[in-house]
Amino acid sequence: MKSNVIRLTSAVVIPIFLIIIFPSHAGETFKRIKKRGHVRCGVSAGLPGFSVPDSKGKWKGIDVDVCRAFAAALFGDARKIKVSGLSAQQRFTALQSGEIDVLTRNTTYTLSRDTSVGLNFAPVNYYDGQGFMVKKSSGVKSAKKLKGASVCIHQGTTTERNVADFFRRHSMKFKPIVMESDEEVFKAFVAGRCDTYTTDVSGLAARRTTLKKPNDFIILPEIISKEPLAPAVRHGDDEWFDLVKWSVFAMISAEELGITSRNVDKMKKSPDPNIRRLLGVIKGNGKALGVSESWAYNIIKLVGNYGESFERNVGEKSPLRLKRGLNALWTKGGLMYAPPVK
Amino acid sequence: MKAFFLKWNRAVKWSRKNLFSGPLSTLITVLLMVFLFKTFFPLFNWAIAEAHWNTTAMECREGGGACWSFIGEKARYILFGHYPRSEQWRAVFFILSIFLLFFLGQFRRLWSKYLIWACAVFPFVGTLLMRGGFPGLELVKMEDWGGLPLTLLLAFVGIVVSYPLGILLALGRRSSMPVINALSVCYIELIRGVPLISILFMGSVMFPLLLPEGVTISKVLRAQAAMILFSSAYMAEVVRGGLQAIPRGQYEAAKAIGLGYGQTMGLVVLPQALKIVIPPTVNTFIGLFKDTSLVFIISLSDLLFTTKASFKDAEWLGFSVEGYFFAAFIYFVFCYFMGRVSFRIETEMSR
Repeated sequence: MKSNVIRLTSAVVIPIFLIIIFPSHAGETFKRIKKRGHVRCGVSAGLPGFSVPDSKGKWKGIDVDVCRAFAAALFGDARKIKVSGLSAQQRFTALQSGEIDVLTRNTTYTLSRDTSVGLNFAPVNYYDGQGFMVKKSSGVKSAKKLKGASVCIHQGTTTERNVADFFRRHSMKFKPIVMESDEEVFKAFVAGRCDTYTTDVSGLAARRTTLKKPNDFIILPEIISKEPLAPAVRHGDDEWFDLVKWSVFAMISAEELGITSRNVDKMKKSPDPNIRRLLGVIKGNGKALGVSESWAYNIIKLVGNYGESFERNVGEKSPLRLKRGLNALWTKGGLMYAPPVK
Repeated sequence: MKAFFLKWNRAVKWSRKNLFSGPLSTLITVLLMVFLFKTFFPLFNWAIAEAHWNTTAMECREGGGACWSFIGEKARYILFGHYPRSEQWRAVFFILSIFLLFFLGQFRRLWSKYLIWACAVFPFVGTLLMRGGFPGLELVKMEDWGGLPLTLLLAFVGIVVSYPLGILLALGRRSSMPVINALSVCYIELIRGVPLISILFMGSVMFPLLLPEGVTISKVLRAQAAMILFSSAYMAEVVRGGLQAIPRGQYEAAKAIGLGYGQTMGLVVLPQALKIVIPPTVNTFIGLFKDTSLVFIISLSDLLFTTKASFKDAEWLGFSVEGYFFAAFIYFVFCYFMGRVSFRIETEMSR
């Protein structure tokens, strides 16, 4: 009798799935961030110079600086950020599900991501590209001479595909040696298991610093892919998207106008209308963006201009010692160009 | 002098008997010796003789040998991740308490209901302490947890919850009630049929897309749920093995003296069954403990994740081997202690 009752109840227990779908609050991210009081950014969980926790567990890097700039513009306090380290597989879900407000995770700006993945890309904050590293003793001076070479590649991402495309384009054969961890791949290359190692040039430079004799290795001049890395927000978030875009532009403009974190207070007295407009002496920009008039001043004061951030994190003074290259201002032969801030 | 010769003689005799008893044995001995010398000395040189203990990264790179300075610099980050520095005493307390429970678990005299309760309740109390958020303790969101406390949390809450769940599932699978039986079988086979990674991915990538935008469930909780789902299925099969080992006579005897289902299981069958399966149970626990390292795939900063992230600091690039040694050592210590405790329990039980 008793077991009959149990049998009956257990038969009646049917799993009920309740998925309550609230109306999607597109375009309200901006308000929500303001209410919350901090910006949530998704970064790479460890990429030297771009985003990496230091020994105290504090995030540093060029991607983290961009995130700090958003907080500076919104709240006048660059510390009001919440950074989460994301894996490559996870990054888009994190953005779409609202776990983060903006993705500043060395993400390459591509058509499919801009459309079907549902992202809106802000201006590029770092132009990267895939390159090759070889041992100097190999005598190879150009990637076109890598015929039949064994290539050490880090699994996943677009790196593998780019290499295959490059070798096919030049109708050369190659032997891929693919490994799961980038540490392992590089160690294999140094140990001589393959002739060349390939990844983004910034990554090659970072790896080279770890060597006992960095000068025994050279980075070949060919760049085989375009990797414009840009922050991204969700579709339909126009107000927030505007602020993200113009925060990056403000950093670039500041460098162009010669405003640094050190001289920004002095620059406020400058007669140049461009400078006065950027620093909010001539009002209007802040109101248009929906933030305080000193938004750009705060960014420059608390984070610095683009050049400062670059030098501090990846430039000649940092351990990575990367040259500005494509990331120089347009006036200096690079691609960094900001539309007028007015 | 004479004593020395006696000892020497005994040593020679012993080695003749055990190491050089025949050509094959001699060959194996010699090969092993060569292997040991070839591996031990370079390892010793690397890890101790030529190691750097308190230097900068540059000095490490110039010299050979291990760079333990890297561990010195990064230990705090590896152990605690992004947990706020001023609150780290809570994390230390959490780790030490778990150590203490392990340590106390070694002593027969201290075994009591209280200790079992402490082990069962502590992971939750510890979680509360780490999280804070009530008067006197600042709130530290679960997303900010990292390093060893996170690993321990995932492992121990996982163990404490999945053990009873596993027992229930095992009983369900042996049950004669068709619905319960079918549900248990389906659950166990389904979960065992997919790798842990895919469950973690479901929890972290698919699940948030089903939630309304802006509503998020902590990533830690999602991972924790996935770990529990996974290990309870394995636990169930372990327990079922124990249940099958109990002879029919035991059930019949229990019935004969008028015990109901609950009493039969609780007083007669389970105590014996669970005792039999202690080794595979601990096996599952240790497996679960090590499986927590998989959560790095969903960007939870567990011990392995913080270790890996610490390799990426531009100033300290290139010391991954040292970092992995450090992480391996910590994993080993905990797994070893788990093994010890289970061994003690086993020997006690079989007395």
